[in-house]
Amino acid sequence: MTALAPRVPTRFLPVLATVALFVLAFGVGSARYDGFASGQVIANLFIDNAFLIVLAAGMTFVILSGGIDLSVGSVVALSTMITASGLKAGWPVPLVIVVVLLTGSTLGLLMGLVIHKFDIQPFIVTLAGMFLARGLCFLISVESVSIKDKTFRAVATAAIELPGGVTITYNVVIALLVVAAAMYVLHRTRFGRSVYAVGGNESSALLMGLPTTRVKVGVYVISGLCSSLAGLLFSLYMLSGYGLHAVGMELDAIAAVVIGGTLLAGGVGYVLGGLAGVLVLGTIQTLISFQGTLSSWWTKIVIGVLLLVFIAVQRTMVRR
Amino acid sequence: MKNRLLWPLLALAALLLLNLAVTPSFFALRIQDGHLYGGLVDVLKNGAPTLLIALGMTLVIATRGIDLSVGAVAAIAGAVTCVHIGTSDSTGTALAGMAIALVLCAVLGLWNGFLVAGMGIQPIIATLVLMTAGRGVAMLVTEGQIVTVNNTAYRQVGAGFVVLPVSILISLLVLGLVAFVTRKTALGMLIEAVGVNPEASRLAGVRSRTIIWTVYVFAAVCAGIAGLMISSNVSAADANNAGLWIEMDAILAVVIGGTSLAGGRYSLTGTLIGALIIQTLTTTVYTIGVAPEVTLVFKAVVVIAVCLVQAPKARAALSFRKVAVS
Amino acid sequence: MTESPPPVVEMRGISLAFPGVKALQDVDFRLFPGEVHALMGENGAGKSTLIKTLTGVHRPDAGETVLAGEAVAFSSPGEAQHAGISTVYQEVNLCANLTVAENILLGREPRRLGGIDFPAMRRRAAEVLARIGVHIDPASSLSEHPIAVQQLVAIARAIAVDCRVLVLDEPTSSLDAGEVAELFRIMRVLRDEGVAILFVSHFLDQVYEISDRMTVLRNGMLVGEHLTADVDRRSLISQMIGRDLGTLEAIEDAAEKRTAQGPVLVQAEGLGRRGAIEPFDLEIRAGQVVGLAGLLGSGRTELARLLFGADRADSGRLLVDGAPLRLRGPRSAIAAGIAFSSEDRKGEGLVADLSIRDNLVLAMQAARGWTRPLPRRTKDHLVEKYLKALDIRPANPDALVRTLSGGNQQKVLLARWLVTEPRLLILDEPTRGIDIGAKAQIQQLVTTLAAEGTAVLFISAELEEVVRIADRIVVLRDRRKIAELDGSATGVDEVVELIAGGAAPDKEVVS
Repeated sequence: MTALAPRVPTRFLPVLATVALFVLAFGVGSARYDGFASGQVIANLFIDNAFLIVLAAGMTFVILSGGIDLSVGSVVALSTMITASGLKAGWPVPLVIVVVLLTGSTLGLLMGLVIHKFDIQPFIVTLAGMFLARGLCFLISVESVSIKDKTFRAVATAAIELPGGVTITYNVVIALLVVAAAMYVLHRTRFGRSVYAVGGNESSALLMGLPTTRVKVGVYVISGLCSSLAGLLFSLYMLSGYGLHAVGMELDAIAAVVIGGTLLAGGVGYVLGGLAGVLVLGTIQTLISFQGTLSSWWTKIVIGVLLLVFIAVQRTMVRR
Repeated sequence: MKNRLLWPLLALAALLLLNLAVTPSFFALRIQDGHLYGGLVDVLKNGAPTLLIALGMTLVIATRGIDLSVGAVAAIAGAVTCVHIGTSDSTGTALAGMAIALVLCAVLGLWNGFLVAGMGIQPIIATLVLMTAGRGVAMLVTEGQIVTVNNTAYRQVGAGFVVLPVSILISLLVLGLVAFVTRKTALGMLIEAVGVNPEASRLAGVRSRTIIWTVYVFAAVCAGIAGLMISSNVSAADANNAGLWIEMDAILAVVIGGTSLAGGRYSLTGTLIGALIIQTLTTTVYTIGVAPEVTLVFKAVVVIAVCLVQAPKARAALSFRKVAVS
Repeated sequence: MTESPPPVVEMRGISLAFPGVKALQDVDFRLFPGEVHALMGENGAGKSTLIKTLTGVHRPDAGETVLAGEAVAFSSPGEAQHAGISTVYQEVNLCANLTVAENILLGREPRRLGGIDFPAMRRRAAEVLARIGVHIDPASSLSEHPIAVQQLVAIARAIAVDCRVLVLDEPTSSLDAGEVAELFRIMRVLRDEGVAILFVSHFLDQVYEISDRMTVLRNGMLVGEHLTADVDRRSLISQMIGRDLGTLEAIEDAAEKRTAQGPVLVQAEGLGRRGAIEPFDLEIRAGQVVGLAGLLGSGRTELARLLFGADRADSGRLLVDGAPLRLRGPRSAIAAGIAFSSEDRKGEGLVADLSIRDNLVLAMQAARGWTRPLPRRTKDHLVEKYLKALDIRPANPDALVRTLSGGNQQKVLLARWLVTEPRLLILDEPTRGIDIGAKAQIQQLVTTLAAEGTAVLFISAELEEVVRIADRIVVLRDRRKIAELDGSATGVDEVVELIAGGAAPDKEVVS
């Protein structure tokens, strides 16, 4: 049996499929458009999607555990709002960061507790969280608040030179650090492995004596933390806080994670898959903008079709 | 049954009274040019699309499903009709456009039904596909523009009056029709049976797939009509913003109305009250002078409160009464 | 065997009630170190509940558990594991999405520098696997392995900690003979190391092969504790099944009067489904009551489900009125006049949140389709008729089925099928868990139906009941039909003999 088995375990296949898809999409772009196959285009994929990479990492935890978090886009908006108005009120940058991260994690904690303690579907609870976070934005301000803080702007515009004349922002560094941290937690800690166990089979996990409560609440805290961090990155990217920022971004995050090969039923998937999913989405956007005549709405259709294909493939894999 | 509607009714009454306190003329109705105007009429008129979509959603949720794509479907319906009408002012063109749009919506409903009943994909995910792609399709139809039309007949759907606003009449008509069909045929009972216990229903010979398929088609058609109203009201199709987040409001209306997301027993009256609560809430926020965007905070509070009141575990914890958890 | 060592586990006076069910009543249980102890009983006897009480899944309403001389009260499976009680459940309760090594050591992974030390974990897992003689790659994914190996991995997990008590809840139900032998070898090794093993199996051969002592439960009560060597199969089976005398006199007469039987209605030729029931032949005539006898797990429910199309057969064919009928699902069976009342009333039978009226007409309405509703008057008439005929209480058609007692729920389910006027009525354990009165009524109903020409396939765990009520008795063992007997000329003892695997009787035997 082992002799005949392919070198690559089947559990890596979906991620590899996504990576292959990314390579293919990028290859098509390189073949068709001048200047597509440049290091800076790749770097821009990361720069323009740093916040989404962080969101996808948090969402991966939730989906792996068998849940879903619809609140992430709104929490991003709330974070930009807190950042912008905090800085406007003259708070020091470290304080702003702490407040934003605490707000996100607390929201996540509250949602996790409600989901677990009262046995209400994650869908509804995080939908309420989505409304709440967006509403709170508008409580702070209905208008867009721009960020004028010097330190903040300096960090936002700072470019890091990589060999070959390619530049990236600090956002990219932070996003990649988050991915690394998420991978470490998921693969190297008992908590991470318990997330997989709970998502794979919750009743088994309970009977195996694992701390299922901690896992089920913990993933929402992590997702909340990631969302607020993504909000900080988004503030750096947009240099403003606004209640209508990041509308629908939760769907992009979910789509990226699913396209990255993570099973929505839970238990199977990788943070790297989510990263690959974000890159695929980003490449499609880049392709469409390079194409010039195709309009941006094609992005949505293509994402929908990709979602469908990956879901259908997952479905047949699960049946097997 | 009556009990389940008690809390939503009280909430609605409280909201209406609050409006009365702030705007003493809130309940006043006046007739002008044979048209009925007033605060209550406004609530009904603005809530009509949500109510329509919530009606379809009620049946979907009763079968343990959910349909996230209704907002996108509504946008498609508006887009298709407006593009078909173009610059024409003929009634025939308007009717043809609407017919095409609704048939297309039914096809989209068939698609959702296929993914859920045929392929056995979780409803949330299955309808997420169309939720994402649907807006793209709507944009494709309108070529990314906001398509404005100037068609007298089409304008009637969302902005016309026959004493009452036509949109109210349409949504009440659909409500009556659904109530009639589900009660007078066996559809309502079979939907509930499938929602409460799919396996027992299968073993009793119920065609669960057909039932599930039917409710998704119905939900999509409801969404289509709502989309026509929204677009007709402003005589334009805005693929980006038409029906945005209306699926969330609709789900909310259903849940507030006492239909459990776990499927099974549903209440159309409850959904009506739920839709009214949401619309009144929005109106109230306007009248008391808070920024309209803040409505979201209230909605969040209402969702959580309603869910907690319904959740068996929360009830047990609050010891409203002892609920046997099987 | 001497009783010199004190028991490692002693449970005294354990009682536990679930809503509507007394799952355990004042049960005592002892488990000694270095022994294999079989826990015996039919469905609903309370075996699983007792095990789950021991392993911290349930908390008893009364009674105490003493582990190695100390009173304990576990509030979670984790605590019980910590105290040295490891459990392997019937369905493999592992995570198929993780590796073998992780499944063995999840929650107690070796760590280094704050992270999991995967090489050490694989080494440790390989050691444990080697201890029970299993040689598979610890880094492979659990889902790559067949169920039997997964079961062994579950045992490896159980013994990876210092375990004093190992609970094996039907670990053999998915294993073949060779795999069972392997499991027993491992069990003996562990027993000789002094581990106390609690073993549940429906296969009597296995119980007699491996166990030293047994405890028998019935209806949530303790029947007895014996050394295995002291009990023979017949007395064990009669202890498990019990006898429920005094309710069946009237039925005996009816069965004897019923002599004339109609033509063959349903015929199975080599019908079977892999992993459920081996191919069997069966003939059911109009007006005949065919009883299915066999222990739990013998394939009796699986056979019934094939006849109804609830599961699809993968061999053989079914003939109705002499013509082949391909069952594509319950609907085609219903159309052919076959009805099936499942043993799982709550899960597969009733729609708990609907009224008695809706439940009664569900099958008939489903057959008509939603566009042709039953007229209100017909509905009321039917409901009234069956409420009265079956004495369903409360006789309020609007009462939710959820609120009814078990017996009345069963009657509603029966009535649902009677409404459709079936030609073959399959009843899977229609009398389980209901009171004596309702039981007698249902038995009476079966005989009446047969007298009116309906064919009935009657499944019950109570042999007494089957023997009394059936014209013909089909005996099943280990998912195989092993005999078919004449009901009027057969006694309980004879059937027990067959189930116990004794010599074949001199009656006609169809293999």
